[in-house]
Amino acid sequence: MTLADAANLHTFVDAGRFVGDHPGFLATKALEQLELSGAALALALVVALPVGVVLGHLHRGSSVAIGTSIVGRALPSLVLIAAFLTILGIGFVNNMVALAVLATGPILTNSFEGVAGVDRDAVEAARGMGMTGRQILRRVELPLSIPLVFTGIRVAAVTVVATAPIAAIAGGGGLGDIIVNQASYRLAGVLGASLCVMALSAAVFVCLLGLQIAVTPRGLRRTTLGDDPARKELT
Amino acid sequence: MSGPVIPKFGEGSSCVRGDHTFCPGWVRDHWNDTLGPALVQHIELTAIAVGIGFVLAFVLALVAHRLRVLEQPFGIFSALLYTIPSLALFQLLVPFTGLTVTTVEIALVSYTLVILFPNIVAGLRSAPPDVLEAARGMGLTQRQLLTRVELPMAVPAIIGGLRIAVVSTISIATIAAFLLPQGLGYPIFVALKEPTPFKTEIYSAGALAVGLAITCDLALVALRRVLVPWNRV
Repeated sequence: MTLADAANLHTFVDAGRFVGDHPGFLATKALEQLELSGAALALALVVALPVGVVLGHLHRGSSVAIGTSIVGRALPSLVLIAAFLTILGIGFVNNMVALAVLATGPILTNSFEGVAGVDRDAVEAARGMGMTGRQILRRVELPLSIPLVFTGIRVAAVTVVATAPIAAIAGGGGLGDIIVNQASYRLAGVLGASLCVMALSAAVFVCLLGLQIAVTPRGLRRTTLGDDPARKELT
Repeated sequence: MSGPVIPKFGEGSSCVRGDHTFCPGWVRDHWNDTLGPALVQHIELTAIAVGIGFVLAFVLALVAHRLRVLEQPFGIFSALLYTIPSLALFQLLVPFTGLTVTTVEIALVSYTLVILFPNIVAGLRSAPPDVLEAARGMGLTQRQLLTRVELPMAVPAIIGGLRIAVVSTISIATIAAFLLPQGLGYPIFVALKEPTPFKTEIYSAGALAVGLAITCDLALVALRRVLVPWNRV
């Protein structure tokens, strides 16, 4: 083992020690981050999910639904956070709105594609049975679109949790506070917090995947993990 | 590029001192020392990452296309990488490669690789079986099959992957400013460190980043039109 390797190993041991020494502090920061992420995701869901589902049901506005995710990908998270900071001031609200904008793309695109992409034959059969538009949406289109819609929500959630540390630069709090403050926490703290951020987003990913499988109708489970049209936005 | 030591409010026009919504004068005055260099660095960071990522992904995809052993390990690698936030990945590489461009590029290349590899593999497999049969029947060798049938048919998928990779990389490269005074993220970073965030710097650097992403995306769409005139979208 070279000297450099030994130094690296040492840094990671220190990072591990930092995590071991400050579990309560890190847990508080992680909760702060989850709170911000949860609020942002909720805001995005309230705005984007109904729009995507209704547009998908009507088979209208595909350019809006798909364009949102393309524009969303072109907006760097740092730019969004900084821009909202200048409008809404420092703190929770500006970060929540900036992260919600990031989450809107995948949710809107996938809920549109999910509902609009339901097998035409199934919809025609339901109409033939005398179902109204609203019944078709509730009993046919929504259950069949769950895999795709939920994939969009999962992608958005992981994106938001993974981006939230960047919000620390605009008073967002959370584990990012430690990562951007090497002067106080030194490299060991920065690395320890980075490891926690990784663990947190992996945990969110796994939990939502489990939830997704649980809410998917049994007949559709095979396709649950299929491709999604709005690929994850890398943060 | 000047550091964050001296607040920009003490100097410049009344617009800058008052931190009005947008001061075109500041952009003109600081194009040469701040915005221009940051834009060039941003293009460099992106070009290197996408270039290396594309070559690696292309070679790996060619291997995976013939021998199907690569896909499962790659799937695990990409699933892991997807959940690692870029800021955390940058920091975790610092003990190995320091606060250098190398650190940033390793992270950016990993992300482009994860985007491009599945797209290229899917593209290479998009040739319909009867087309492949016909080509074999005409006596094409395996290599000719690749260069004359499979690769041309893979171009739309490859360009589709490149569009996502380029736009994502431009976005992630702004985060590099947390480590290095480089790229369009840095002016934003500096502006946020001011006692009150300096709006003109945030808006101009942000607009350049978004403009760069949109320009590259449109250029790739145009490239696709030229390369695949038979398959317009």
